[in-house]
Order: sequence, then structure tokens, then C-alpha cells
Amino acid sequence: MASITIRDVTKSYAKSQVVHGVDLDIASGDFVVILGPSGCGKSTLLRMIAGLEEISGGEIAIDGTVVNRLEPRERGCAMVFQNYALYPHMSVAQNIGYSLKVAGVPAAERTQRIQAVARILELEPMLDRKPAALSGGQRQRVAMGRAMIREPKVFLFDEPLSNLDAKLRVQMRSEIRKLHRRLNATSVFVTHDQVEAMTLADRLVVMNGGRVEQVGTPGEIYKRPASRFVATFVGAPAMNILEGVVELDGLSLLGGSRRLPVPRVGLPVGAKVAMGIRPEAVRLVAPGSQGALNATVDLVEELGAGRVIYVDLDGAAFSVVTSETVHPAAGATVGLKISPDDMHFFSSETGARLDVFKASMPVPAH
Amino acid sequence: MVERTPILNFITHLVLFLGFVLAVAPFVIVAIAASHNLKDVNDVPMSLLPGGDFWVNIKTAWTTANLGPKLLNSFIMAAGVAAGKVVISALTAFSIVYFRYPGRTFIFWLIFVTLMLPLEVRIVPTYAVVANVLSPYQTILDVTGLTWLIEKVSGVQVSMSFGLLNSYSGLILPLIATATGTFLYRQFFLTVPDELTEAARMDGAGALRFFIDILLPLSRTNMAALGTIMFLWAWNQYLWPLLITTDQSHATAVTELKQLIPNVGGAPEWHIAMAGTLIVMLPPLIVVVAMQRWFVRGLIATEK
Ligand SMILES: Nc1ncnc2c1ncn2[C@@H]1O[C@H](COP(=O)(O)OP(=O)(O)OP(=O)(O)O)[C@@H](O)[C@H]1O
Ligand SMILES: [Mg+2]
Repeated sequence: MASITIRDVTKSYAKSQVVHGVDLDIASGDFVVILGPSGCGKSTLLRMIAGLEEISGGEIAIDGTVVNRLEPRERGCAMVFQNYALYPHMSVAQNIGYSLKVAGVPAAERTQRIQAVARILELEPMLDRKPAALSGGQRQRVAMGRAMIREPKVFLFDEPLSNLDAKLRVQMRSEIRKLHRRLNATSVFVTHDQVEAMTLADRLVVMNGGRVEQVGTPGEIYKRPASRFVATFVGAPAMNILEGVVELDGLSLLGGSRRLPVPRVGLPVGAKVAMGIRPEAVRLVAPGSQGALNATVDLVEELGAGRVIYVDLDGAAFSVVTSETVHPAAGATVGLKISPDDMHFFSSETGARLDVFKASMPVPAH
Repeated sequence: MVERTPILNFITHLVLFLGFVLAVAPFVIVAIAASHNLKDVNDVPMSLLPGGDFWVNIKTAWTTANLGPKLLNSFIMAAGVAAGKVVISALTAFSIVYFRYPGRTFIFWLIFVTLMLPLEVRIVPTYAVVANVLSPYQTILDVTGLTWLIEKVSGVQVSMSFGLLNSYSGLILPLIATATGTFLYRQFFLTVPDELTEAARMDGAGALRFFIDILLPLSRTNMAALGTIMFLWAWNQYLWPLLITTDQSHATAVTELKQLIPNVGGAPEWHIAMAGTLIVMLPPLIVVVAMQRWFVRGLIATEK
């Protein structure tokens, strides 16, 4: 078990900088998930922790020891790769035990530890097989075993589940979670799949363009996204964003064509803001109801448990998740009811969250 | 797209068959000639029905040219070249693909250039070096005036000499230093996924460990392919062994075949020459047949 401290870490390649000053504290035993779109530098950051990539600037410390200049093997990290990276010519047992062999652990002890790991991962029947004779999920487990056997201080995962089919991914997800509970080793898990991120993380790190946008528990990040990027990136379907201007008694939306009553405490009149609302926080009401926005239904997506209704709001796309038994047909007009408590505000310029003091005072409706 | 129609099938097989006949016909004629006696082999045209003297001719060829020791020499040389080539190529390709160091590109191009300068082109300087391996160093000393200095100071005349003529090393070493194998390995190493290298690093394996434990086992088929090709190539070398083996003890089978070829004024013993050829052809044939399965897989190099 170990804590990881990342201080102002940057990474530059010959022509471009891809990680811009990342600061991160990972507590001992935490399961941290780094989430971000493709190309945002997640893998690069992870690989800098692992020692596979040189650190251009800043400092990474594991358990208080700065590891910038240490070889991967000296850092006490184990890594699970996206494509598993199993040695094709070695059997499962040899794959799992290779790091011990390199470390000079005697054969008897090696066998015993391989057996123990194989038992946990249910790999015992296939220890003599080559990776080519395994299914995707089994290969994944071998890769996990190879990391586990070293009893590392830190587990690093780079999108280890992205090559599995949906069902297996869910299953491996819970196995990784169980394993973490059992070993309680500090883990850093990189993914661009937000469901994976939300379900696995003790703490979630959202990255974008080589910067950390927000760090927090999955709940915090869902409920209080720190930026417009985080708001739209986390949650599916994505949060609806409507551009607007703050007025004395509300919000003028979409170039003035719509108005919404909002608590404007803390927002200066005339400020340009982006108002965000989660699709699942919008309620469908009869068109023309008081305080509701009228919109035209574009498309209805059936999810089984509920449905996603895509509507058109004066040209702006907007989605609503509903589990109610309303069946609006495409082309129908519906009313959208948005509670002020569910609104998020972001600066139109910087995208940063604007904190609104949500007084529960009666707001005059329009 | 691969089309499969009976007519196309027939045509492809016909083409293959013609090619086969073309390739194998000279071989058959050699074998038939080797079975005739002196009179029949000189008939014009030579009878294409096999004669009855095959084993007699083989025996005569074997003893006349003293092929036993020569075949052994050839085998040592070819095996040495093949093994040396496999080792040297793997190491150079490993260095070029997996390490970043100053001058790497320069070294790469140096190796590349040797492709354009085969042994035949640089045979005179190569001969000079093999005749005295230390001559380049002697030259350096001479040119820089160090020889003179040392002689003045210590009274000792520096003259280094270490010749490789008439030795197995002299036969083998100059044939090892070529680039083809390096490129074959380089292509293969480039297809090995980076993640594998990184996994090995995470497992604590250093460069050499990775090379021995991971890369070499993965390139087994490449080694077999390269080894086979180089064995054949070295076995068939003529010019180089001819040049540096002034003494019978190190002559190779291929060069010694000339003893069997009838001289002007000698009896036209072509049946003996053909029998000798057959004997000398046999070992490479055995190697190819034995290695064929590996060899083909290594050249297509899809197995990873
Ligand atoms: N060797 C390199 N040279 C130059 N740029 C690189 C190099 N490796 C990565 N990059 C760039 O660094 C950025 C971050 O790459 P990284 O692999 O960390 O992305 P990622 O967040 O892991 O994306 P993904 O989800 O697709 O794996 C990318 O824009 C990529 O083009
Ligand atoms: Mg990545």
C-alpha cells in the first residue's frame, strides 16, 4: 500500500506539450479512476507513474519517495495493459510467474505463489495453456494475475476492459472491484468509459486536454461538475446546455426566444452564462403549463427501463430521460419543466462553474 | 480476390507443373549422367535412360576428390556462417530497434551500405585484412608515426601480424558481416508490440533479459529461416574459399569439385563430375527439407 503524490507534472514531446501541470494526491488504498476523452493524456500520465515514460517536469512520489529517476521495477508498480501484453510463447503459469523468475525467486516458492494467484482468479485449470488458447476474459485475468503476483504497492490499469464484450466488461468490473477490496492496494485506473469510471472509482479524476478538470467522488462530480466540460462529459445522455443571459427576473435563453425563472443570486445581471440541466432532471408536462418550455419531439429512444426523448428547442437539441408512461410521438409538442434547484451554471467564456446561492425563495414565474 | 474456377485451377496447375519441370530437369539430367559409364556419357545425344554405374561413379568421385574431409570443411563453414549470422543479426537489429543512442541512424546506414558492397566487391581489402587481421591497426600506427616513436623510445619495431588464411575463422568471419539478416530481424522486431516490451520492463526484466527471454523465443522461426538461407548461401560460396584456402586441409567441397571436372587432354569423365556434384548437393538439400516447415513460417512472419 502506498500513497502517490503528483506535483505539477508536465509531459512534452518534441513538438507539443500533452500534459500541462497536473497535481494529484492519491491516498493509500484508494481506487482512483482517471476519466477523459481520447487523447487527453490519461495514458501518458499513467505511464509516467509507471516509469515507462519520462517525466518532463514536476515530481511524482510514491510513498514519499520521488520516483522520477527510478526504473519501473524499482517503483513497486504493476500494470495491466489494454491489450493484455501477455508473452505469447509462455504458458499462463510462466506469464504470471515471470516477474518472480526475473527477481530470482526460487522455483518452489514461485509455483506456490502462482497457484495462490491462480486460485483467486480461477485460472487453475488453464495454467499450462498458452495465451492464444484463452478467451478474452481469461487473458484479462492472466494479465491481472501477472500484476497481482508481485504484491505491488500500486496497481496501474490502462483501459484493461476495453477489448471485452459488454457483458464480460461488467463482470470483470465487479471482479476488479472485489479484488481491490481484498488486496486494498492503491490503484489507478484509466478509462474513457464513464460508466466504468463511475462504478469503480473511490475518487474520480476528470481530465481534458492534458489538464485535470475536477477531482472528487463520482457522486460529487455528477452533482456538482466543476466545469462545462465535466458536466457534459460525465453522465449519459449528456447534460443539456442552453446559452443564456442573466436578467433581473430570470434567464433569457437562446437569444431571447425563451425565458426561465431562475434564482439569480450571485449572478450579475447581463452575465452570459451556460445553463446546464441533466436530461433525467427534466420533467415532461402538458404543453403550455406554467413555467414550462414548449418543445417539439424529434425522436424517441426506447431503453426498456425508460426512454430518451430528443426534443427541438428553437433549433437547440435537448434530451429528456423519462421513465413515465408518457408516449409522445415524434412531431408532438411537449412542455419541459425545469426546477431551478437542478440547474447548473457555467461561465460562457471560461466554462467554469458559477456558484449560485439557491435560496428557496418563491420565484415569480412567467 | 481469389477466384476458384476449374479452368483457372487447371491453368495455375499447368503453370506450376511447367515451372517444376523446368527447375528439376537439369537435376534429372545430372543424375542420369552420373549413372552412365565413360562411353555412354559421351554419346551424342546422351541417352536419357539411366545407366547402371551410379554407385561406382559416386565411389570414384568420393575418393578422387577426397570429398569426406572437404564435406566436413564445407559443413563447418556453412554452419558457422549460419550460426554467426543468426547471432550477429539478432544483436545488431536489437540494438537498432530498441535503443536510442547518438549515432544510431549513422550505424543503421553503415549497415545498410554493406548491402551495396557485397564480398565480391571488396574482396581485395577483405583478403588483405584476413591475411593479417591486425594490419589496419599497424597502418594506424604507421601513419600516425607511432611506430617510429615507439622504435625510437624502446628500440622495438612494432609489427603486428595475425593471419587467418587457411583457417576456419578466415573462411567464416568475412561471410558473417553482411546486412540481410539484420534487416530481416529488424522487420520482425518492429512488429513486436510495444506493450510486450513495456510489460517486460514492468516485470523487472532488463534489456538483455528481455532479449533472451522474450525476443529470441518469439523469433525462432526467423532464426530458422535465416539460418537455412545462410547455410545454403555459405555452402555455395566459391570465390572466397578458393582465395583463402591455399592449403588442401581447409578446402571446401564446392571448390574441390573442380578436381573432378575433366582437364583439357584428360579423359572426358563427365559421369564422375556429375556424381560428385550430386554428393555436394545433398547436404543443403537435407537441411532445406528438415527446416522447410519453420523456414516458410519465418518468411511469412505472421505468427506473433
Ligand atoms: N510519442 C509521442 N509523440 C508525440 N505525441 C504523443 C506521443 N505519445 C502520445 N502523444 C500525444 O499525447 C496525447 C495524449 O496521449 P495519451 O495516449 O495519453 O491519450 P489518452 O488520453 O490515453 O487517449 P486514449 O483514450 O485514446 O488512449 C495525444 O494527443 C497523443 O497524440
Ligand atoms: Mg490511452
